[in-house]
Amino acid sequence: MPTVILINLSYTVAAVLFILGLKFLGNPDTARRGNALSSLGMLLAVVVTLLDHAIIDYRWILLGIVAGTLIGAFAARLIAMTAMPEMVALFNGFGGIASLLVGCIALSQSQLDRFVLLTIFMSIMIGGVTFSGSLLAWGKLSEKITGRPLVFNGQRFVNGGLFLANIACGVMFVQHPEQTLWLVLTVLLSTSLGVMTLLPIGGADMPVIISLLNSYSGLAACAAGFAISNNILIVAGSLVGASGIILTNIMCKAMNRSLANVLFSGFGAASGASNKIEGDVKAISTEDAFYILEAAQSVVVIPGYGMAVAQAQHAVKELQGLLEKNGCEVLYAIHPVAGRMPGHMNVLLAEADVPYDLLLEMDDINPRMETFDVAIVIGANDVVNTAAREIESSPIYGMPIINADYARTVFVLKRSMASGFAGLDNPLFYKDNTRMIFGDAKETVNKLIRELSS
Amino acid sequence: MDMVYLTFILILSVFLGFELIQKVPATLHTPLMSGANAISGITLVGALVGAGGEGSPLTIFLGTAAVTFATINVVGGYLVTDRMLAMFKKKGTKK
Repeated sequence: MPTVILINLSYTVAAVLFILGLKFLGNPDTARRGNALSSLGMLLAVVVTLLDHAIIDYRWILLGIVAGTLIGAFAARLIAMTAMPEMVALFNGFGGIASLLVGCIALSQSQLDRFVLLTIFMSIMIGGVTFSGSLLAWGKLSEKITGRPLVFNGQRFVNGGLFLANIACGVMFVQHPEQTLWLVLTVLLSTSLGVMTLLPIGGADMPVIISLLNSYSGLAACAAGFAISNNILIVAGSLVGASGIILTNIMCKAMNRSLANVLFSGFGAASGASNKIEGDVKAISTEDAFYILEAAQSVVVIPGYGMAVAQAQHAVKELQGLLEKNGCEVLYAIHPVAGRMPGHMNVLLAEADVPYDLLLEMDDINPRMETFDVAIVIGANDVVNTAAREIESSPIYGMPIINADYARTVFVLKRSMASGFAGLDNPLFYKDNTRMIFGDAKETVNKLIRELSS
Repeated sequence: MDMVYLTFILILSVFLGFELIQKVPATLHTPLMSGANAISGITLVGALVGAGGEGSPLTIFLGTAAVTFATINVVGGYLVTDRMLAMFKKKGTKK
């Protein structure tokens, strides 16, 4: 059998494995198998490509693969679960730069028509934006640089101008591929665009941005596939692109904002204290909280990014166990954008051995919120901010929230009265049935555990 | 013709992608994302020809860099997804 046919047949099999893999990833029972199938598809695609007659020297390939495998495997094994968002961002960036480089390499092919040049430009541009954007996201998530949004006057115009300059550069590149200037400019402009796009993005918007960058990395691979006429790159790339777009959309809906609003508004940077809420905050000690918890029949835990910061997930799980022993039903309510990436809370709680069927989505928990004796809000703020329902002038008005305040008693575990990421005051804290427990979330939970187990 | 044929593949895969992902439960959003991220490392296939071909030293250098980055993406992505998925348990099933 000619090698070309063998390679393409194998690519077909690899594509099927990717598709089945993604399908199985959609169900918790089969997800692990799905991931294994998809990795098998990748292995197959890589191995048969090595049979390509165009490859004459395996030394550099071997070097790259060994180095990449070592780095990737070590990073994947050593990374703490709480650092998962930045890890995903970083891997994503590597995918982006790989597409950028493949685009550059594709320039050395013999036949370059306009269409191929256009796709080369696109793989470089999307790859560049993905790379620098993901690196910045990684920096912000790992707090190597400040996670606060950085906004300045005319930011939109600068970014818009940068985008247009990038496109103009692409036009020149397609017309004059022999002039290296346009290639270099494309690389520079696209990487700056990635950085500039990420500057106004703050922590709470990260779930949207990570999903979007994920989508970009797929699209970049897809464009690279066009550039070198390789169908497996196109299939795999567009599958990833589509899945990223769906996730982005889910995240935007969960914040009641458009993608444009997330990208350009610099949410939370400038919103002053426009809505001062009148009323008193009622703080209680862990001792008093314990008496209420001991009598509770049902408890719902609403975690947010603060739980990840305090690394409180294991303590929460222990508290859950003690409450259950006491005959209390414990459930978790997870907002789609709680944390810094889609599904962030689910991963953390899974790490702490909380069964995933105790984790309820917002739409499932809200109708029965009245039936809970106690709602414990741990490190969450904006996702339970009742201003979204009550204060029409609030920037988050209309955002779907978890209605913690409908529970009989609400405990809010909070470090201090400082406002949440969005810089907004939260009317929930002033409600009659709300009790604040100040202090480090993990310590507070541990104190409750001690009270309950004694 | 090549262009039309490749575009045809693209359109079909995009629709397939939308259909496949639509119903993923929120619990699996992170593994889905990092699993998809690993798949986007498929650029590795394109990088191989650059690193092992008979191109200029510059092409080979860029190709090797691309192979390295894409491999990190692929290997790291799959392993980290597997590590996460291994932790997801239903009620009643013990380790």
